[in-house]
Amino acid sequence: MQFAMLIYETPEAFASRKSDGTDSYTGAWRAYHKALVEAGVFVGGDPLEVPETGTTVRIKDGKRGVQDGPIADTKEQLGGFTILELPSLDAALEWAARCPAALHGAVEVRPLAPEIKRRIVE
Amino acid sequence: MNGSGEEEVHRTVERVARESYGRLVAYLSVQTQDLAGAEDALSEALVKALTAWPRDGVPQNPEAWLLTAARRSLIDFIRHQKVVSASEPDLLFFTQSSAEGTLETTFPDERLKLLFVCAHPAIDPAMHTPLMLQTVLGLDAVRIASAFLTPPKTMGQRLVRAKTKIRDGGIRFEVPEKGELPVRLDAVLDAIYAGFGIGWDDMAGVDQRGRGLAEEAIWLARVLLQLMPGEAEVHGLLALMLHCEARRAARRDRDGRYVPLSEQDPKLWSLSLIEEAERHLSEASKYERPGRFQLEAAIQSVHAERGRSGRIEWSAIVRFYQQLNRISPTIGRQTGYAAALAEANGAEVGLAVLDSIDQDAVSAYQPYWAVRAHLLQILGRNPEAQHAYDRAIGLAEDPAVREFLLQKRGLRLFISET
Repeated sequence: MQFAMLIYETPEAFASRKSDGTDSYTGAWRAYHKALVEAGVFVGGDPLEVPETGTTVRIKDGKRGVQDGPIADTKEQLGGFTILELPSLDAALEWAARCPAALHGAVEVRPLAPEIKRRIVE
Repeated sequence: MNGSGEEEVHRTVERVARESYGRLVAYLSVQTQDLAGAEDALSEALVKALTAWPRDGVPQNPEAWLLTAARRSLIDFIRHQKVVSASEPDLLFFTQSSAEGTLETTFPDERLKLLFVCAHPAIDPAMHTPLMLQTVLGLDAVRIASAFLTPPKTMGQRLVRAKTKIRDGGIRFEVPEKGELPVRLDAVLDAIYAGFGIGWDDMAGVDQRGRGLAEEAIWLARVLLQLMPGEAEVHGLLALMLHCEARRAARRDRDGRYVPLSEQDPKLWSLSLIEEAERHLSEASKYERPGRFQLEAAIQSVHAERGRSGRIEWSAIVRFYQQLNRISPTIGRQTGYAAALAEANGAEVGLAVLDSIDQDAVSAYQPYWAVRAHLLQILGRNPEAQHAYDRAIGLAEDPAVREFLLQKRGLRLFISET
């Protein structure tokens, strides 16, 4: 079955993106990605741009509301996602514990919902 | 009662709960054959103690007080369930003891039966350790869940299911017969060691997946040894864990950086724990029944010897691994063998052993990649070494180990040069 790992990162982790890619956080991510791919569990996924680049849209009472930034103003923000193909939640949590973002940020593991997708995609 | 008095009562309740929990649960569940019921009754008794003791003072024999209170809860429960007829002897036993109003100051230690129930072959092996941690040590499901990387709700459900199976599956609270004992004891030892969670001490930065339950596992092993002092492998298991525990302070440097075993400062090792480990190892050898845990402990003993001699006798470690692999060749032991062989006879020989291990089995096994990277680096096969380092780094869970491997891979060196 497929799981999404939702990667929540701290401001410090987002700041490290400005480096030239030789910092240990980026190095750890490079290695982690390689381990996921070579273990044959990686399905897809991407990092997201920093939270400040987000724009949030809502339609309320027929009126458009557009807001700068992400939905919630919390310390840890969604920084990317990875889809994994694994036999069980236990296996997915093993991989989540190895994720470099689990150290200072947090990693949420959620199963994908293929049933709901079938209802939507005809 | 003032605040500090209440605090003191809380501390007393905590202490008694910690020291007596397993003994009380074991004794009550042997009487009723109902583990979950015994635990519920004891938690109720602990809650009652928190109200009664600050008011009436801490009883002279807190353990006996808790036992009596737990019994009353059990009687209420049995009456409530209207299974009086089926449980008549039990109920009689409980009512008699509490009606007399006398507190038993001593009661038999039934924890051995409890340990064997927890590691019973009819119970899912993955639940052996969680069951022991909860029923013998009284750890809560949330803490156990975190240690085993399981959602707390799921762990709670699995524990309940296992206890229901013990009750309804007629799993008897007994110490196995002699013929059955070795296999059954193996399961108990495995479960305790799984709680300890460190496979083997390394040379090249393997993932020390300490599950944070080392102390608890050592406590369980001590309990087991107290109950079965004549079993060589119980001594072996305790010796192994004490050797690893002795190095706790040396595993990280002052800045929290990971220090591999062969580079640790022996002055930081706990001499008293090493001596205790050695005592158990020599006690075990008297029985002339070698086993997995004695061999694993012997390997750690060779490492500890460096504290005195200043060198590691790798050829001895190689021999112990060969014996271990004859008993059961796990990928962990094969990897350890390869690492030791490389030290004794050269990296090329070690690498050949790694090449012979089933590649599918090691795709997510971190120590394999750490050792492989180390050996390839020694051999100057740099692109392959980098690749293996990436695998080891990507699979590492411990951030200090990850950082250590990143450095070995050369990433940090690159930064400091620029």
